[in-house]
Amino acid sequence: MGGGQANATRQESVSCAPYAAVVTSEELVIRARGLTKAYGDFVAVDGIDFDVRRGESFGLLGPNGAGKSTTMRMIGGTLGRTAGELSVVGLDPETQGPQVRAHLGVVPQQDNLDDDLKVRENLIMYGRYFGLPRSYLVPKSAELLEFAQLTDKASARVDDLSGGMKRRLTIARGLVNEPEVLLLDEPTTGLDPQARHTLWDRLFRLKEAGVTLIVTTHFMDEAEQLCDRLIVIDKGTIMAEGSPAQLIRQYSTREVLELRFGSQRNAQVVAQLEGLAERIEVLPDRILLYSADGEATLERVSGAGLHPVTSLVRRSSLEDVFLRLTGRTLVD
Amino acid sequence: MSRELSPTQLAVERLARPRPAPGIWSGNMVAVLERGWQAIKTQNWGIIISGFFEPVLYLLAMGWGLGALVGEVEGPGGAKVSYAAYIAPAMLATSAMNGAIYDSTMNVFFKLNFGKLYQAMLQTSLGPLDVALGEIMLALFRGLLYAVAFLAVMAALGLATSWWALLMVPAAVLIAFGFAAVGMGVTSFAQRFQQLDLIMFAMLPMFLFSATLYPISVYPSAVQLFIQALPLWHGVELMRHLAVGHLTWATLGHATYFTAMTALGLWVTTVRMRKLFLR
Ligand SMILES: Nc1ncnc2c1ncn2[C@@H]1O[C@H](COP(=O)(O)OP(=O)(O)OP(=O)(O)O)[C@@H](O)[C@H]1O
Ligand SMILES: [Mg+2]
Repeated sequence: MGGGQANATRQESVSCAPYAAVVTSEELVIRARGLTKAYGDFVAVDGIDFDVRRGESFGLLGPNGAGKSTTMRMIGGTLGRTAGELSVVGLDPETQGPQVRAHLGVVPQQDNLDDDLKVRENLIMYGRYFGLPRSYLVPKSAELLEFAQLTDKASARVDDLSGGMKRRLTIARGLVNEPEVLLLDEPTTGLDPQARHTLWDRLFRLKEAGVTLIVTTHFMDEAEQLCDRLIVIDKGTIMAEGSPAQLIRQYSTREVLELRFGSQRNAQVVAQLEGLAERIEVLPDRILLYSADGEATLERVSGAGLHPVTSLVRRSSLEDVFLRLTGRTLVD
Repeated sequence: MSRELSPTQLAVERLARPRPAPGIWSGNMVAVLERGWQAIKTQNWGIIISGFFEPVLYLLAMGWGLGALVGEVEGPGGAKVSYAAYIAPAMLATSAMNGAIYDSTMNVFFKLNFGKLYQAMLQTSLGPLDVALGEIMLALFRGLLYAVAFLAVMAALGLATSWWALLMVPAAVLIAFGFAAVGMGVTSFAQRFQQLDLIMFAMLPMFLFSATLYPISVYPSAVQLFIQALPLWHGVELMRHLAVGHLTWATLGHATYFTAMTALGLWVTTVRMRKLFLR
C-alpha cells in the first residue's frame, strides 16, 4: 500500500502515485446519532442514527424529499444541523468544516460547475480551493479529464458541454483531492447506460483502493451494485438498514410474480387473488404477488380461472423492499 | 524529514495547524482571489468600464456644466477652488461607496441564492470567511483600479493640486472596505432581494445630501450633526482634504471612522458567517 515509498524526496511533495486510502481497522468514518434538520416547522431529517466504517460503501436509498441530500450536506458541514450528534473522520463538521472537508470529495445532486472557467480550469481551480499546488494539479487534471472522457473538451466552455458531460466533470472534480471519503448525491442522474456502467466500475475500483463511498440514489440497481450496506429513508426517518441481500431476505419473498390484467381489470381481480400469495401489492399498472416460488403461484392463478394479459416471474429487488416499507414505488 | 504526502494529507496537515476561527476560515483566501482573476477574462467588460465612466460623467456634467454658473467655492482650509475641483473628491468617495455596496449586497446575495459558485467553493476545504474576505478583496481591487483611473482624469483636468492627492487611492480603498464590510454584514440579515433594495434606495439621498455638491454649512446645525454621523460625509471630507493637501486631525478622524466601520462590518460578518453561507 501507500506508505514507505522508495523515491522519498527531501521536501514535502505531493504523491502522484495511484492513490490508496489508508485502511485502519474498523474505524468509523461517520457516526450520526439523533441527527436532525428542521426547516422552520418542517422536519426534513428526523433523528436518524447510522455509522459508516472506513472503506465501506454505504447507501442512502429513498424517494424524493426523503432527506438524502439534506443528510449529505450536513455531513459536508455546508448545512448546520438542528439537533443530534455528527462526527465525520472524528471531527464535528459544523465546527471543523474546512478540516473535515479536506478529507471529502463532494459530488452534489445539482452540478455546480464554474461557468466562468474552462473545463480544465474547473478541475485545477477546485484543487486550488483545497490549497493544492499547481504542479500537482496540472497532471492530475489531465488524468481526471481522461477519466471523465473529456480530454478533447479540455478547453471548452462549461456551458457548451452536454448534461451528461457536465455530470462527468462534476464527478471528476470531486476526485481532485484524492478524497478518503466520497459523497455522491445521485451520481448517475443524467448519464447514459454506458457512462453509468463505466462510473460504477470506476467507483468500485476506488472502493477497492480503500475509499469510503457514501451514495444516495433512488435507483435500486445502483444501490445493489454499489452498496455494501444501506439505509432506506422515507420522510426523514430510517425505515430499514442492512446489506441489499439482507434487506430483500427480511422484507420480501424470494420471488415476485407480476401480473397485468389491463388497467381497467386490475382492481376487479384483486379480491380473487387474495390468499394465492404471501402478500399482494396493487399498483396502477400491475399487481405484484410475493411468494417463494413464482411459477407455482402463477399456476394457482391460472387454476383460479384468471388469465392475465402478461405475467412475469422475477427475483425480489430493493424496489420490493421499498414498496413493502413505504407503500410506495421508488421511481415514479 | 523526508516524506511523500497524498493531496488529502497535504490539505489536512495544513489545516491541522492552529489558526483563528477554524470552523469558518481555512486561511486560503488566495484561491478565491485567483479564481476571480481567472474569471475576469470572461467577464462582461461593458459593466466593468461603466463603473469607471459614471463618476467621470458626473464630474464633467456637474463640475463643468454647473461649475460655470457657480464659479469658485471655498475648499478645505478656506482656500478658493473651482467647483469641479470641489466636487471631484466627492465623486470619487461616492463611486467607492456605490461599487462596494453593490458588490457586497446585491452581488453577494445573488450569488448566494441563485449562483452556484459559493456552493461549489464551500464544499471544498475553503471556509465561508475565506470566500467572504476574498469577495471583498476582489471588490476592493476593482475599486482600486477605478480610483487610479479617476485620479488620472482629475490630474489631466488640473483638479488635483497636491502630491497628497495620491493618497486618495488608498483612501478610496479604505472607504470601499468600510462599506463592503458593513454591506456584507447587512446582507447576512436579508431574506429577500426587496430588503436589499432598501439599502440601494438609501444611497441616493446619502449621495445627494452628504455635502457632496455643496458645503454642509447650508444646513441648520441639527441637520449638520445628522449628516456628520453618516459615513459618506466622512468619505467626502477625507477625499477633499487629501485632494488639496490640507491635512489636519480631522483628516485622521475621518480615516479612523472608516477603520472602525471596517472592523465593525467584519465583526458582524464573521459572527453572522454561518447564517450567511451555511443554509
Ligand atoms: N432550504 C430548504 N428550505 C425548506 N425546506 C427544504 C429546504 N431544502 C430541503 N427542504 C425540504 O426538505 C425535504 C428533504 O429534502 P432533500 O433535498 O434532502 O430530499 P432528497 O431525499 O434529497 O430528495 P430528492 O430525491 O428529490 O433529491 C424536502 O421535503 C424539501 O422540500
Ligand atoms: Mg436529493
